Amino acid sequence: MEHRTTQINSTLYDQCIADYEVRSPLFAAEAPEVVAARAQAIEQFKQLGFPSTKVEDWKYTNLVPVLKENFELEQDAEVLTVAEALLAQAKIDLLDCYRIVLVNGKYRADLSEVPAVEGLFLSSLSDAADRPAFKQHFGKYIDLSKFHFAAANTALFRNGLFIDVKRNTVVEKPLHLIHVATAGAPTYFQPRQLFVVGTSASISVIESYVTDGAPVFVNNVAEIVVQENAQMQHFYIQAGDANARYVHHTEVYQQANSQYNNYKASFPGTSLWRNNMNIALDGENVESHLYGLYLAGGHQLVDNHTIVDHRKPHCNSNELYKGVMKDESAGVFNGKIFVRKDAQKTNAFQQNNNMLLGKKAVVDSKPQLEIFADDVKCSHGSTMGQFNPEALFYLKSRGIGDEKARALLVHAFAYDVTEKIPIPEVQSHINALIDQGLK
Amino acid sequence: MLSIKNLKASVEGKEILKGLNLEVNAGEVHAIMGPNGSGKSTLASVLTGKEAYDVTGGQALFEGKDLLDLSPEDRAREGVFLAFQYPVEIPGVSNINFLKTALNEIRAYKGLPNLEAKEFLKLLKEKQKLLEFDAALANRSLNEGFSGGEKKRNEIFQLAMLDPKLAILDETDSGLDIDALRIVSRGVNKLRNGKNSFIIITHYQRLLEYIVPDFVHVLYKGQIVKSGTKELALELEEKGYDWLKEDSHETEAAEILLPR
Repeated sequence: MEHRTTQINSTLYDQCIADYEVRSPLFAAEAPEVVAARAQAIEQFKQLGFPSTKVEDWKYTNLVPVLKENFELEQDAEVLTVAEALLAQAKIDLLDCYRIVLVNGKYRADLSEVPAVEGLFLSSLSDAADRPAFKQHFGKYIDLSKFHFAAANTALFRNGLFIDVKRNTVVEKPLHLIHVATAGAPTYFQPRQLFVVGTSASISVIESYVTDGAPVFVNNVAEIVVQENAQMQHFYIQAGDANARYVHHTEVYQQANSQYNNYKASFPGTSLWRNNMNIALDGENVESHLYGLYLAGGHQLVDNHTIVDHRKPHCNSNELYKGVMKDESAGVFNGKIFVRKDAQKTNAFQQNNNMLLGKKAVVDSKPQLEIFADDVKCSHGSTMGQFNPEALFYLKSRGIGDEKARALLVHAFAYDVTEKIPIPEVQSHINALIDQGLK
Repeated sequence: MLSIKNLKASVEGKEILKGLNLEVNAGEVHAIMGPNGSGKSTLASVLTGKEAYDVTGGQALFEGKDLLDLSPEDRAREGVFLAFQYPVEIPGVSNINFLKTALNEIRAYKGLPNLEAKEFLKLLKEKQKLLEFDAALANRSLNEGFSGGEKKRNEIFQLAMLDPKLAILDETDSGLDIDALRIVSRGVNKLRNGKNSFIIITHYQRLLEYIVPDFVHVLYKGQIVKSGTKELALELEEKGYDWLKEDSHETEAAEILLPR
């Protein structure tokens, strides 16, 4: 078939197709919205498959070595015991928050502190089937014809988390979601989340990732709806070990007067982080901020693809991604901004700056603007650099050792992002992870 | 304290210092003057360990230790300080965090514990007051958006905080208006305590009216060709450098003609 060059042949693909056949009789018990979404998604996935580097959006991220490792598709999850020491890895010192634990995507109330907040509902996805917000929003926003992994996830996901913040509910304490990935044999997981932040509601969600050295390939999909006048502060702290690979899709849908801020930091360890971060600004006076910091090391590949889609007038978006590349790490930044015909008076800014510390480190950066409106302010830019030797000498001439001087300069470089983090404990946590990541 | 003997250094294969000798004792202020390109800033860079310079001969002992063997940070920890001619702007590094890190690195080298936050702040306030240094500047990113004068004042503020044994001031007066020059000089004078030493590199005699040197040296073509007291600076101001150049040519010519 002609599309075969855009797909990678793998047993995992065959397992996915077979899994759908085996499980489809059981899907009937699920919400009709889920059944319909799965049926549509499996067809998309059959067409798309796992993308090869012939697919433009996967040009720099070759999945062949990952798929060669013969990952087994996840089966019905047993309840695994999780060492408290593993969860402690994600702990944010001094932060007063609700801890929510997900093991291979499965919500674990037994390990979580269930927030007793009026208007905040939290459950596994399977327990949410009757909730109106679930029915209204599940599977509605991702264009599955373009996203291979999101199609596979939608067709076959097993476990997930649902958060519904009711109208006017202000959740004071942040929710700290700890995603644990663990397995005996090499396993491919497809966890899923749906967060609905109701009209004039507000919430902060911090998501951390931990692994225990098990070979895992995680294809995560998060759908986020920020309704009128609502606010969400969203943090991703991405860490793990070299046996872990992640493809992580976040789809944000924003309505009028809402604000969504995403702060993403990834650190050395995991072999692969591919992030798809899509935001649709589908109402007037929407504000979105995307701040990203990637510190990569070893042979790590960190790939950030973002889409900011301005659909309505009078919206502001600002995106700043900064990369620090050590050793032989590779980075990809691909940022698209769409300003549609109706989206007059848009302000959309995007910037990607990189600091290459390793002689063999590589970054491919591709900022893209597509503007169909005529009264807008947009800009984008991309830079690559190294340590400024003058600055390094200046610091050393004051008695600061080489390692500390370099760390200071990396912090200084990252500062434009880290200073934006609005929760001081999270900011300190990320600064500490930068120090750790530089060692 | 500092003993430089027959120091030779080059940059990109070009010899700049051609056998320089200098003795600085504790508590002394030495001024080094000379025309452009004579090697003044090279001397400062070589003494503090800037990478681009190759030492091709001679030695520089600092309190008996071979300075040229030490890394730039260890030279600083031993007590050598350079006030830069062009201080670097480092956005994102706060002045205060930078000073605290530097102080603690120096203390760790000497086997001392980190300074308590309270003690550090006390020291900071004390030195700010002594040097009339604006607290707002201390709280900003390192030199970011500082005027030329503010940068130079920040150098002297760092000097006060780190309290080195030997401070080298590389054209600290360049780009300063007369008021800034007064403030900077007053700061340096307040920091003199009879034990610490200063090497003041300058083009102009003007600075030496405010910071009075014990010795004045003229650097020309990579060598110190004349040394004297502060009166020498006045003489240079009056006569320029040309008369020394002639002297120096004669010396060179004489050397060539000497039978071996």
